[in-house]
Amino acid sequence: MISKESVAHVAGLAKLAFTDDELQQYTNQLDEILNMVAQLETVDTTDVPVTTQSIHLENVMREDVAHNDTKIADLLENVPTKKGTLIQVPSIIDKEDD
Amino acid sequence: MNFETTIGLEVHVELKTNSKMYSPTPVSYGAEPNINTNVIDWGFPGTLPTVNKGAYSYGMMVAIALHADITRHTHFDRKNYFYPDNPKAYQITQSETPLATNGWIEIEVDGKKKKIGIHELHVEEDAGKNQHEDDGYSYVDLNRQGTPLVEIVSEPDIASPEEAYQYLEQLRQIVQFTGASDVKMEEGSMRVDTNLSVRPIGATGFGVKTEIKNLNSFNHVRDGLAFEQKRQVQVLMAGGQVRQETRRWDPAKKETILMRVKEGADDYRYFPEPDLPPVFVSQAWIDDVTAKLPEAPAKRRARYINEWGIPAYDAGVLTLTMEMANFFEATVAAGADPKQASNWLMGEVSGYLNAEHLELKDVALTPAHLAEMIKLIADGTISSKIAKKVFQEIIKNDTDPKAWVEEKGMVQLSDPAKLTPIIDGILDANAQSIEDFKNGKDRAIGFLVGQIMKQTHGKANPKVVNQILMSEIKKR
Amino acid sequence: MTYLKQDLTSVHEALVNGSQTASSLLKATYANIEQVDADVQAFLTLNQEAATKQAAAIDEAGIPADQPFAGVPVGIKDNIVTKDLKTTAASKILGNFMPIYNATVVDKLHAAGAITAGKLNLDEFAMGSSTENSAFQTTKNAWDYTRVPGGSSGGSAAAVASGQVPMALGTDTGGSIRQPAAFNGIVGLKPTYGRVSRWGVIAFASSLDVVGSLTRTVKDAALTLNVIAGHDDKDATTADIPVPDYAAKLGQSIKGMKIGLPSEYLGEGVDPAVAAQVQKAADQFRALGATVETVSLPHTKYAVAAYYIIASSEASSNLQRFDGIRYGFRAEDVKNLEDVYVRSRSEGFGPEVKRRIMLGTFSLSAGFYDAYFKKAAQVRTLISRDFDQVFADYDFIIAPTTPTPAFKIGEKVTDPLTMYMNDILTIPVNLAGLPAVSVPAGFVDGMPVGLQLIGKQFDEATLLQAGDAFEQANDYVDQIPGGAN
Repeated sequence: MISKESVAHVAGLAKLAFTDDELQQYTNQLDEILNMVAQLETVDTTDVPVTTQSIHLENVMREDVAHNDTKIADLLENVPTKKGTLIQVPSIIDKEDD
Repeated sequence: MNFETTIGLEVHVELKTNSKMYSPTPVSYGAEPNINTNVIDWGFPGTLPTVNKGAYSYGMMVAIALHADITRHTHFDRKNYFYPDNPKAYQITQSETPLATNGWIEIEVDGKKKKIGIHELHVEEDAGKNQHEDDGYSYVDLNRQGTPLVEIVSEPDIASPEEAYQYLEQLRQIVQFTGASDVKMEEGSMRVDTNLSVRPIGATGFGVKTEIKNLNSFNHVRDGLAFEQKRQVQVLMAGGQVRQETRRWDPAKKETILMRVKEGADDYRYFPEPDLPPVFVSQAWIDDVTAKLPEAPAKRRARYINEWGIPAYDAGVLTLTMEMANFFEATVAAGADPKQASNWLMGEVSGYLNAEHLELKDVALTPAHLAEMIKLIADGTISSKIAKKVFQEIIKNDTDPKAWVEEKGMVQLSDPAKLTPIIDGILDANAQSIEDFKNGKDRAIGFLVGQIMKQTHGKANPKVVNQILMSEIKKR
Repeated sequence: MTYLKQDLTSVHEALVNGSQTASSLLKATYANIEQVDADVQAFLTLNQEAATKQAAAIDEAGIPADQPFAGVPVGIKDNIVTKDLKTTAASKILGNFMPIYNATVVDKLHAAGAITAGKLNLDEFAMGSSTENSAFQTTKNAWDYTRVPGGSSGGSAAAVASGQVPMALGTDTGGSIRQPAAFNGIVGLKPTYGRVSRWGVIAFASSLDVVGSLTRTVKDAALTLNVIAGHDDKDATTADIPVPDYAAKLGQSIKGMKIGLPSEYLGEGVDPAVAAQVQKAADQFRALGATVETVSLPHTKYAVAAYYIIASSEASSNLQRFDGIRYGFRAEDVKNLEDVYVRSRSEGFGPEVKRRIMLGTFSLSAGFYDAYFKKAAQVRTLISRDFDQVFADYDFIIAPTTPTPAFKIGEKVTDPLTMYMNDILTIPVNLAGLPAVSVPAGFVDGMPVGLQLIGKQFDEATLLQAGDAFEQANDYVDQIPGGAN
């Protein structure tokens, strides 16, 4: 049984906020889903490699040639708040600049 | 109680590519904010990354130069975290299968050589930049977003701040000589994060480590680590416990300042990047990169010392930067005596660059011109006094030294057929001086040479003048 | 203009012989949409102004006889970006998002002369099986307005099945083209992973997402694939292998083909009436000269679990870019950066999307990765190997597309797990990256059901050949929905 605290922790990682009722509901639903998923434990996967891509491509790369035909005004079109060509966000607190 | 120190360094190096790691936009700075970006750099919905093969090859160059084993089967991974300068909210990096592992750098501290292990190198993308202003907002510029980086993670083999300094100095030099990066701390193309812990000598486990960020120079690294080492020992001696913290170095106050306390490990939820197929590095690819790899500084030093008889100290100075080493070698290749070329580069050239705050690439001097000038001195065409004038000209302007000294009439008179009649004339007119010389007054020679110089307007080759003068005087 | 009795070929003929112009066709198409879509509610955004200009330009240039899409209005699922045409992924978080570039598939369709009529509804970010997870509207099943159109390409399926457009693009991550095609009695083609570019497709699960088509006929699916397939330099996961003429083998005999019928796809949970339609289809294939034998895909029962972990994990990462900073919805009155993130995302995403983000974030988080993500990725390997074994001996596989016909609106929406199990027959194909096509296979209780043909990677041609043969052997294509009943 996944705990409400664990679900709250996961919500924090995902930058989601829930009311207490919602948290309970998500806990119940996640628990149900995780119970269904638990059947995977019964599969013997000893020495079975993972599949993270289904067709087996390799070395699909691009030569180091630079180009850019994007208009800065187009990129800025959807920005909620901006200053000049900079994207504006409420002050970053509690984290280092780098 | 006595303590020992354990230091690990994580160094980010920007690779000198034309385009970004996963996007074709140009890598360039100082431009208008966000001008060198596209929909990929902004993480627009529906955009996909593509791998810059040139960046990967540069990463391999660095890895090979650091004696690391290239990982043959590798894939990219996502590192997930939210931050305004990280538009996808994940960084594409290599976590599970890094570019290379198991490298090393040899350092020398107090005359003792020591190998520092390199745990791994991986390629990844740089973040954009956040600017903080007083108006309650931060501003995001994504021009730097996606710049290719190679991160070099040392083993915790470093035992003192001085060793850390030497490690960084060697690392900078080795990487610079690959040509894969400018490795300039002040321009941000080399960035260092440190981890340091102390433990009582003989203890088995490591102590709790603290991280220092925002270090802008190797001196700051050394000073910051020294401060942190002392601080941790004081905490422990006072019966306290070191907390896992991120600190920053304040160069004005000369102390590290707490940024945040780490509660457990960060949870970056790494997983294989599904948008990029894996990379297989063939032996042919490794061979190709190895063939293109310029000779490492240590090998060059050995060659200068053994083949050209350059003193070890001088060889060290000449290999501080690849520009200097290449210039030196090109000057020798153009016919200059290695020792003379070394003297000029370490003396007049370095002096000029330091005084003018310039770099080799900023001045007009070419290896061909420097070699030409050295040859002019060697064959007696110009005096070393004249050479200083010639040097001032060729470092400032793209001037051929031979043509210039001829044009300016600075060529020495060295031809005995021309000098002998002049010398005979002077002797004829100064019988008393000949007499004085024969009576043991050596000063008389100085007077005669002065007369010859006066008559030749200072162009006579003093060495040749001396020879002819002595033989002519003996005939009398 | 209704397309209920049309296909690309008949529309093209009318344009070439001049009985229609692109402009008149488009005008009639919009007139029909206005009428039909008032009930069906498939379209989220219409592209009338730009489309009208495009149609005029095509008329000006003339209709090339060898371009079946020239002047033909098509629909685009709203998780595929269209330049200067609002693209929402049916989410509030992209409610006003105006793309500044076209998806590669959109550029390819435009280059072939197709005209984007509008953008079609879906489950938010393609997460769902009923299109009830759209933040904006509930699309109806073309055959019964009280039933779901399936999902997540419910808008695309309903628009084609109700005759509003002859072709609509969809995306298929776990069945999102095939299941709504089956529910609406039309043809849904999910190509091999990497056959069609994902550039410009708003990612749900990157290793599973594929763009495909919803059409009335198998031939139209082939003609569409001819246009949209191929390597794209902008999508490193597209295969650089030649694109054949997918229509070339249509009409050729399938005599001698070997077909596998997996027992796991006819077992528990599958409506016996649906299973009976599949057995009937098997007999028809035998009558066409193919052999049909029972085969086994033993890891099928684990597919849903593996899929929900993998798809949700990838989605949790893919959807992090929706942070309220560079585009899309930003919550009002935010005080600090954390507010921008948490409130924009919490107010911008719907409940099913949040559920999957939560499941995916959990599956990747420290201490759980090995037991969840890695385990699922290993099981994925076993599922692929099952298919490899069958394909060593068989040309393709047939199976039902869905366990049941379309369910009622509201019937399953409150129970996520039951909804997930509805995809059990389509999910394994995505995990293995295989091509599959759902073709109409008759009716159960008056609602259409689909037959799924599953092929070897990059062997769409065989599937289309066999699907076409099956279509020709039946008259399902001639049966059209009567509207609300």
